Amino acid sequence: MAAPPLTTEAAGSASAPAGQSPWRLVGGRLRRDPAALAGLAIIALFVLMAIAAPLLTALNGHGPNEFHPEKIDKALAGAPKGAFGGIDGDFWLGVEPGTGRDVFSRMVYGARVSLLISVAATGVATVVGTVLGLTAGFAGGRIDTFISRIMDMVLSFPQLIFMIALVSVLPEGNRMLELVFVMGFFGWPYIGRIVRGQTLTLRHREFVDAARATGMLRTRIVFREVLPNLLAPVLVYATLTIPINIGTEAALSFLGIGVRPPDSSWGQMMSKAIDWYQVDPTFFVVPGVCLLLTVLAFTLLGDAFRDALDPRGAGR
Amino acid sequence: MIRYLALRFAGLAGVLLVICAVTFTIFYVFPADPALQACGKSCTPERLAMLHHQMGLDRPLWQQFTDYLVGIFAGRSYGSGPLAVQCHFPCLGFSYQNNMPVWDLMMQRLPTTVSIGVGAALLWLVGGVTVGVVSALRKDSLLDRTMMVGTLTSASLPIYFTAMALTVVVVQIGGLLPYSSYVPIAEDPIGWTKNLILPWVALALLYAAMYARLSRASMVETMAEPYIRTARAKGLPERTVVTKHGLRAGLTPVLTVFGMDLGALLGGAVITESVFGLPGLGQLTIDSINKSDQPVVMGVALLAAFFITFANLVVDLLYAAIDPQVRYA
Amino acid sequence: MSLLTVRDLVVEFPTPKGTVRAVDGLSFTVDEGRTLGIVGESGSGKSVTSLAIMGLHDKAQVSGSIDLAGTEVVGADREKVRALRGRRVAMIFQDPLSSLHPHYRVGEQIAEARRLHFGASRRAAHKHAVQLLADVGIPHPDERAGDYPHQFSGGMRQRVMIAMALACEPDLLIADEPTTALDVTVQAQILELIARIQRERGLAVLMITHDLGVVARVADDVLVMYAGRAVEQATADELFAGPRHPYTRGLLGSLPRLTGPPGELTPIPGAPPSLLRPPAGCPFHPRCSERIDVCETTRPALQGAPHPAACHLLTIEKEVAG
Repeated sequence: MAAPPLTTEAAGSASAPAGQSPWRLVGGRLRRDPAALAGLAIIALFVLMAIAAPLLTALNGHGPNEFHPEKIDKALAGAPKGAFGGIDGDFWLGVEPGTGRDVFSRMVYGARVSLLISVAATGVATVVGTVLGLTAGFAGGRIDTFISRIMDMVLSFPQLIFMIALVSVLPEGNRMLELVFVMGFFGWPYIGRIVRGQTLTLRHREFVDAARATGMLRTRIVFREVLPNLLAPVLVYATLTIPINIGTEAALSFLGIGVRPPDSSWGQMMSKAIDWYQVDPTFFVVPGVCLLLTVLAFTLLGDAFRDALDPRGAGR
Repeated sequence: MIRYLALRFAGLAGVLLVICAVTFTIFYVFPADPALQACGKSCTPERLAMLHHQMGLDRPLWQQFTDYLVGIFAGRSYGSGPLAVQCHFPCLGFSYQNNMPVWDLMMQRLPTTVSIGVGAALLWLVGGVTVGVVSALRKDSLLDRTMMVGTLTSASLPIYFTAMALTVVVVQIGGLLPYSSYVPIAEDPIGWTKNLILPWVALALLYAAMYARLSRASMVETMAEPYIRTARAKGLPERTVVTKHGLRAGLTPVLTVFGMDLGALLGGAVITESVFGLPGLGQLTIDSINKSDQPVVMGVALLAAFFITFANLVVDLLYAAIDPQVRYA
Repeated sequence: MSLLTVRDLVVEFPTPKGTVRAVDGLSFTVDEGRTLGIVGESGSGKSVTSLAIMGLHDKAQVSGSIDLAGTEVVGADREKVRALRGRRVAMIFQDPLSSLHPHYRVGEQIAEARRLHFGASRRAAHKHAVQLLADVGIPHPDERAGDYPHQFSGGMRQRVMIAMALACEPDLLIADEPTTALDVTVQAQILELIARIQRERGLAVLMITHDLGVVARVADDVLVMYAGRAVEQATADELFAGPRHPYTRGLLGSLPRLTGPPGELTPIPGAPPSLLRPPAGCPFHPRCSERIDVCETTRPALQGAPHPAACHLLTIEKEVAG
């Protein structure tokens, strides 16, 4: 079958790149956005670091939980020997005060914990939020009212206090898993609200009406027609949720109810640093800079996604 | 209007009731027997039973819950006979740690938290909105770009990092301010200010960055509205166009967020208080959680939830006052 | 004497992809007490022209000359132009709801300009605003002055906009598609109102529209614009009696008529050209059914009798006839 010939007028005014899928368009926009590329590069760096943690620590020869009493000064209550928290050719980022554990090794292993927990918690929040938001928006009526009320309710909880309280009373178990679910539990309503709103507008759009008119099943409509259109806002919001969760995990660990020792996370390192920051500022700068960079990178990427997915073009 | 208010207050009460129930479940169902903890080392079965009775723990759970609720509004007494202890309105029980009424404990800590929260809020509101509005008006200029990169970085800094860095630079190296501690404002207003400057700045840096981004986005959108063009077409000076016509509409979303943030902060600036060692509600929460002091944790959680929901209500009412299109429905 | 004289107006917008010339060498005059209708499709540069007269272009480069009641607007000091805005020249817009500030009472919005330009007291300005609301036909003006824009219907909102424009007794009223967003029945009322106000106050009116029907109702003179240029300029009577440019004829052909024999409506094929890369020669030639070779290479001048039009056919006819 031959395509119908283009009329001269249409050929003259057709400036839209034909045959380009919206996702490729977005990819093209992202490639030209320096902020997005910078964000992506930083994220890639930290992810690689987390994956290669055993390799990296093999390289410097110190496990994350090896004590090095020779590196700390007992007379100074355990402050690291040497300038800048004991940085030297052997201990690239110095040692932990009090124990002499290698800061670099703890940092790369901490990256594993911080990234894993925050990404997993975002995943939980995104899945739950999308499913419930979609259900509320598509079912409408009482189901919608019920789900919306629950979302409002969860949002009016003093979240940090409840997270601390919940984690502290949960039975002993896998602390990382507990953190993921507690953070996911308080995170889903944000995404749920957005998905519900989007679903409500999509529900009455022509292509959904058309699908309904052809007798398509409800579930099929949801999966074939509605869900693909929710992908963009969900992706943007999920990307912007990751840095928030990194911060929350760090805050919880900072308050002493995050990962259990001897596991390290950036927040846990921060929490140790508070007792030492006046003597050994290097020790809080390392995890602080890691947190700053990852949060910044995810925010840049999320913003770039939003701008790139904005059908109005350049955005801003 | 009155109907709307009544409905809203009913809603507020409903939310608090649910939060109360959830908190109650979390703290009274999960953990180990609080009476056992209160009983101490030389615990005998008789003494434990007595404590159970004294604390009302021998009653069915739902009764304990209703007792708790009634106590909040009417006060209650614990135990019976000569050992009965009267707990006056608003009764949230007694701390397991020191037997102080929870309400009194919280009221002791509240001034610190309010001092931190309100001071920081003023700082970040003024700072953030100024930066955001200037940025919006000079959109795409070098100044705009610089400020937006700055706010993005500032918003990505963890609060404890900022707090420690500020302390090292300003207090330790600069010697400009004392290490933070809390001095009541009535006793020594200057000391109060000096001690709180760093917590204020640390919190404000974080929030101001978010407010700058929010108000910039909102102002950029507003200044592109047709009614702004109308205002210019009237011949109004640009200053009036911005301040009277632009800010009025552009800052309404900022107000919503501000109310919510302030409300949440009054429930305890947990991390800030913890880093600077300020004895506010946040510190009280952490201490109580670490010591399994359930009545106090529950009290603080309820108070914090109250602040959040109440702030929500106030914001909605203000919104209706500012924007006549918002109907009470 | 003409109140507004526009000479060789050029308005350009720098964009990342190049400079867009939205208005390209436009000249016209508007006399006191007369209505000039500027007609064209969206993107023809008619709204850009009106904003240039108001001095409301922020990022555009404006050149040529706009003489408003003896004051040159192009290149003038911002403050000087601002003092003219709302005072000597006022403007009403297409969408009255979004053009009114949602948070202020309409009385206040009308009074604002009066207080600014005339230094009127709050009370005097308010009284005047109520009087204006009555003039534009809003019932119970005393009460309605205290209402907000969203409490009015579409037509009533446009009346409020007109009252606001009249607040400082301007000499020139620019109406940019004032009826496009309104119901058909309301459109007629608003056009009547504008015509009545013009008669009563001796205003000059610049009516910007895409709708020749609107022009037929209110305009004394007509300027047809295409791709930033004038393609035909005539009195309304002349234009409707004998349109000379194929584009004008096309516009008339796509206009439904109540009188005369029922015929088919013939739309103009295609869409207006991109102003970023306008076609060579006559900008209308890709859509023109009567084009000849020279149209693709040479830009026609606006000339000829009985009224000027920019089309090569006209000059060729003349040569053939002469």
